[in-house]
Amino acid sequence: MEYRDYYETLGVERAASPEEIKRAYRKLARENHPDVNDDPAATERFKAVGEAYEVLKDPERRAAYDRLGAGRRTGEPFEPPPDWDGGYAFADGGFHHVDPAEMSDFFETLFGRRTGGGFAGGFGGGPGGFEAARRHARLEIDLADAYAGARRRAALRAPELGPEGGVVFRERVYDVEIPKGVAAGDHVRVRDDAGEILFEIAFRAHPVFAVEGRDIRMELPVTPWEAALGGTVRAPTPGGPVDLKIPPGARSGQSLRLKGKGLPGRPPGDLYAALRIVAPPAETAEGRALYERMAREMPFDPRAGMEA
Amino acid sequence: MAKRPKVEIVETLTLTELCEAGGFRAAWIVELTEHGAIEPAAAADDAPRFSPADAAAAIRAWRLHRDLGVNAAGAALALSLIEERDRLARRLRLLEGVEG
Repeated sequence: MEYRDYYETLGVERAASPEEIKRAYRKLARENHPDVNDDPAATERFKAVGEAYEVLKDPERRAAYDRLGAGRRTGEPFEPPPDWDGGYAFADGGFHHVDPAEMSDFFETLFGRRTGGGFAGGFGGGPGGFEAARRHARLEIDLADAYAGARRRAALRAPELGPEGGVVFRERVYDVEIPKGVAAGDHVRVRDDAGEILFEIAFRAHPVFAVEGRDIRMELPVTPWEAALGGTVRAPTPGGPVDLKIPPGARSGQSLRLKGKGLPGRPPGDLYAALRIVAPPAETAEGRALYERMAREMPFDPRAGMEA
Repeated sequence: MAKRPKVEIVETLTLTELCEAGGFRAAWIVELTEHGAIEPAAAADDAPRFSPADAAAAIRAWRLHRDLGVNAAGAALALSLIEERDRLARRLRLLEGVEG
């Protein structure tokens, strides 16, 4: 098991006041909350600051933690002192800022099992226990999965009644069939003998395609002659390459709509391709000569009309 | 161990299904509706039904309330700003993706 420096996690001094600790936690929680920040590193940070606050906000837990001594660093190997178990009766039975299923070994060993309480929720101690909240989960899929359909595996940790009557967290793996034409925000209900889970579909970010509802947006690079003269170009789409007709005199930023080439469905979404004219580099003598000829024979000032 | 459960796409959720999915009480849905954050549609039997978008918004708003202490008004504002920010971030990624 590894030591965790909770003061460092919250960015406070060991002598920080409860107010400073609370302020530091709230700021970091706000910045790293999974619904605000979709960076997976932020979600890890969110869990870490929740765990740190869970310990440091309670005077008894904080005192017990401080007694482990200073000078250790997060990640160092650590063994709890032999008399740890006999120590403190943690009066506050519940966890309020952490999900008991997601705690580090360090926290579990030192502060975990002795309290019997469940996850009561953060600030207001909201209604509805943790059991209900676990029946809903996000399922991230690739854009291609929505076009062709797919089978994806999703793991869910959910609380269940254990053999001794206490609450245990068990991981269940679900084989989820992604139907063709599913869109972000759609829910997929999965039923099995243990009950029902609602999965919310979300798309993984794609380097080329942006999803907006059922529509797909992309940028389509074209050469200056394809734009000026028009023509047919082959464009990638999530459903496979398509031939796109560029009208003559097309301008950068102009959007071409491919009806029905968005996410499949009734009705299917559309694909919007924003043209971006890319000038070829002048790498050879011939290339440079062509550019010089254009400069001579095509008087054009793109900055005309711009006033300082 | 993987299971092969029955799967269906859910078109809309009832109030009960939504509350169970999100882990909150109906009062939360009432508050969000009053703030215009969600717009339940009435079905044939007059019971409200929630679109997937509204269901996701209600659940996300609840998590902001539960974890960060925002009230319904704040959560509604946060959600619309987050949505706009994500939309702009997608466009930015798109526009910065191709060498000019």
